[in-house]
Amino acid sequence: MRTLEQTTQEVVDLATRHFNVAAGSLAPSDDFFKKLGIDSLQALELLSRLENHFGIELPDYEVQGVSDFRTLAERIQSRL
Amino acid sequence: MKSFSGKALRWEWRDGVVELTLDREPANEIGTVMLADLGEFVRAMKTFEADTAVCIISSAQKRGFSAGADLRELYHGAIALPAKERNSGVRRFVEQSHEIANAIDAAPFVTIAAVHGVCFGGGLELALACDIIVADKMARFAFPELRLGLIPGFGGIPRLKRDLGNALVRDLLLTGRSMNAARAHAVGLVAQLAAEGEALKVAQSTAAQITKFDAATRIAAKKFAKPIPYEELRREIEIFCELFERPAVLANLKKFVESTDAMPYLP
Repeated sequence: MRTLEQTTQEVVDLATRHFNVAAGSLAPSDDFFKKLGIDSLQALELLSRLENHFGIELPDYEVQGVSDFRTLAERIQSRL
Repeated sequence: MKSFSGKALRWEWRDGVVELTLDREPANEIGTVMLADLGEFVRAMKTFEADTAVCIISSAQKRGFSAGADLRELYHGAIALPAKERNSGVRRFVEQSHEIANAIDAAPFVTIAAVHGVCFGGGLELALACDIIVADKMARFAFPELRLGLIPGFGGIPRLKRDLGNALVRDLLLTGRSMNAARAHAVGLVAQLAAEGEALKVAQSTAAQITKFDAATRIAAKKFAKPIPYEELRREIEIFCELFERPAVLANLKKFVESTDAMPYLP
């Protein structure tokens, strides 16, 4: 079972790769909409990638209003 | 007309297979332009259906198959009309979309939707009119209409009920959540899963297999296996138009159109 810290790091690493940003440039507390400048459809792409990576389903309504990696990781953790 | 290039899509016929490519920025929203081009395709079907085994519908837009109805056009079109004419304007639009979906559903050739990215609302309804859905691993499916105070209006509920049953309809419809490709494959909505960016290639390979079969048998098999729920489709139009009359719907559309929310596509 992953710890929340491990899940958070995997979320940050996956977003780093998916959005092709420099390693180490994203932090758990970052607002990913502002930091990455992404829109709703790009957020859905990230959601698909996270679901595929963790092998879970994360309903959109559970991530609505979530904008930082740590809270996103908490939502994922509750489905693992 | 074996090839066509319109404002929202193009098609090309080759060796018994028609490839119809949706291509309207930003995400193949279904409005009057897309419907006009789809109507063109439906009218042209008569000219090539006798020597066509398969039609593949895919998207050239990076963001996906289709994000659904063009809500901006729907809103601006509705408010431009006097209140008493609003419902008849919407009814014409919905009737037209049903004619197109029904014609694709009943086509004598096999139809394959090759899906990537978003396949929401009207986009999902178009895919559901097809016989087989092939999706890449990043595809997502949703009926987000309830957030607007509406139900899907292009035939989605009767077709999803026909193909998969009521429980899945209720899950997607009543929560508005989007479903990933793996789950859609597990429940049978997606027939074949493809690697990222490979849905069209998998659809082409499937089409090549289908072209081997005898046309008369294929037509009889499809007709037997895929009855069209005309009565429920008519009922859907009536419910959609009744709901559209409520002021809350225009208010919800206005909110969506004016939203600066980062996630307006989510319910």
